[in-house]
Amino acid sequence: MIDKMLSLWNTLLVTIWDILPIITILVVSQVVLIRRPIANLPRVLLGFFFVLIGLTFFIEGLERALFPLGKLMAEQLTAPAFLGLDGTETSVNWMEFGWIYLFAATIGFATTIAEPSLIAVAMKASEVSGGSIQPWGLRIAVAIGVAIGIALGAFRIITGTPLPYYIITGYVFVLIQTWYAPRMIVALAYDSGGVTTSTVTVPLVAALGLGLSTHIPGRNPMLDGFGLIAFASLFPMMTVMGYAQLSEWAARRAARAAQPASS
Amino acid sequence: MKALILQFLASLADSFRDLVPIIAVIAFFQLIVLGQPIPNLLDMLWGMFLVLIGLTLFVQGLKLGLFPIGESLAWDFAAKGSLIWLLIFAFALGFGTTVAEPALIAVANEAANVAAVGGWISDDPAAREDYADGLRITVALSVGAAIVIGVLRILKGFPIQNLIIIGYIGVVVMTFFAPPEIIGIAYDSGGVTTSTITVPLVAALGVGLASSIEGRNPMIDGFGLIAFASLTPMIFVMGYGALL
Repeated sequence: MIDKMLSLWNTLLVTIWDILPIITILVVSQVVLIRRPIANLPRVLLGFFFVLIGLTFFIEGLERALFPLGKLMAEQLTAPAFLGLDGTETSVNWMEFGWIYLFAATIGFATTIAEPSLIAVAMKASEVSGGSIQPWGLRIAVAIGVAIGIALGAFRIITGTPLPYYIITGYVFVLIQTWYAPRMIVALAYDSGGVTTSTVTVPLVAALGLGLSTHIPGRNPMLDGFGLIAFASLFPMMTVMGYAQLSEWAARRAARAAQPASS
Repeated sequence: MKALILQFLASLADSFRDLVPIIAVIAFFQLIVLGQPIPNLLDMLWGMFLVLIGLTLFVQGLKLGLFPIGESLAWDFAAKGSLIWLLIFAFALGFGTTVAEPALIAVANEAANVAAVGGWISDDPAAREDYADGLRITVALSVGAAIVIGVLRILKGFPIQNLIIIGYIGVVVMTFFAPPEIIGIAYDSGGVTTSTITVPLVAALGVGLASSIEGRNPMIDGFGLIAFASLTPMIFVMGYGALL
């Protein structure tokens, strides 16, 4: 019990240290530049207190429960014994890694749904769009993007193909899609690339990349272990724009279906 | 008081729903695919309890603290009409929140290891630390610059895709010049620099600015700050690798 409390206390100190720069900047701008009292100050302070305690509990809980097990799992799933490698292979067939792709996709999806910064952006987007962007729709679209991204990233590590080819192709796709996507969604879609990979996703995905690149013959963890996060920030842009395109198409179809009845 | 408790319980249920997928994935792979029991079940439950309470409190804190302060700052700066202070604030927010970001520190240390193994810097702890610190400050400067550019874009109402295209071209060009070993880390660095507290603040700031300026649409113009903040680190990490 005491060690649990002590560890929680340490996490609290680390969290305070992490958010100190932001608090300093906010206080300085408010006091020195704006020189105006904050509306509802007690409420705002309570909010910051909640954020601090909330993050502390969240990170402590992740480090206690999810990260050790998730990382261990990534190691076990990529261990030569599980992959059926005996160390004599010089190359591998990428099709023999079904569980890896499934793990990559599902863990990408699941960690994204739990990602607090995505929850924040989805709340904001729903508020600003007057409810026409549903928080759940957006979050699921992003999570599907991350799932595709991490699975494809695992495929890239297994095959050892160069990362820039994938990313540059992805950029071309994003730009073409931007041309056709509803204007309202474009900025939000670009943002969703950056917000998805944060507190929950990064440690687990990094463990997967490290495990894969260590055990697949011919891969070097130093060089090939990276790139999963890059994939995870690329594909949500496409799925979020795709989600908006689908919603627009569905709305237009519904409008067309309703027309004969009304005319 | 009763309403507050009810709201908290509803929020707790939401958080639980957010955590169900991750619990399901881990349980499925542990119990069925790997065929092993869950180790330290009691510790796991305690950890899940903390995650649940933590997420709930964080979401409440967003609504009460982070969102209102981000928006009120945006309105106050707009009302004051002082462009230079707004830009200084934007830079400080980007730089200050990134320079101490634990994920960035980890990335910088990784990059220093790669550089040492690659032989561009001498393989001793002091040289590595210099390299990592330099990289960290470069990235933080680039995020500061990204927020400044993003704020200017909101004020002027430029279409976001034009700036993103320039950024993408920057990434592609730097990919040709950067040492191949650094590319993976550089591409990853874009995703890791935006932290859990920065994102809501920056989103509220952008939306607040776009709402407070005549002729801007908060949906079209308000978002996009985070996109810039995740693009510039890629360019600068590769640039740093290419130059040093």
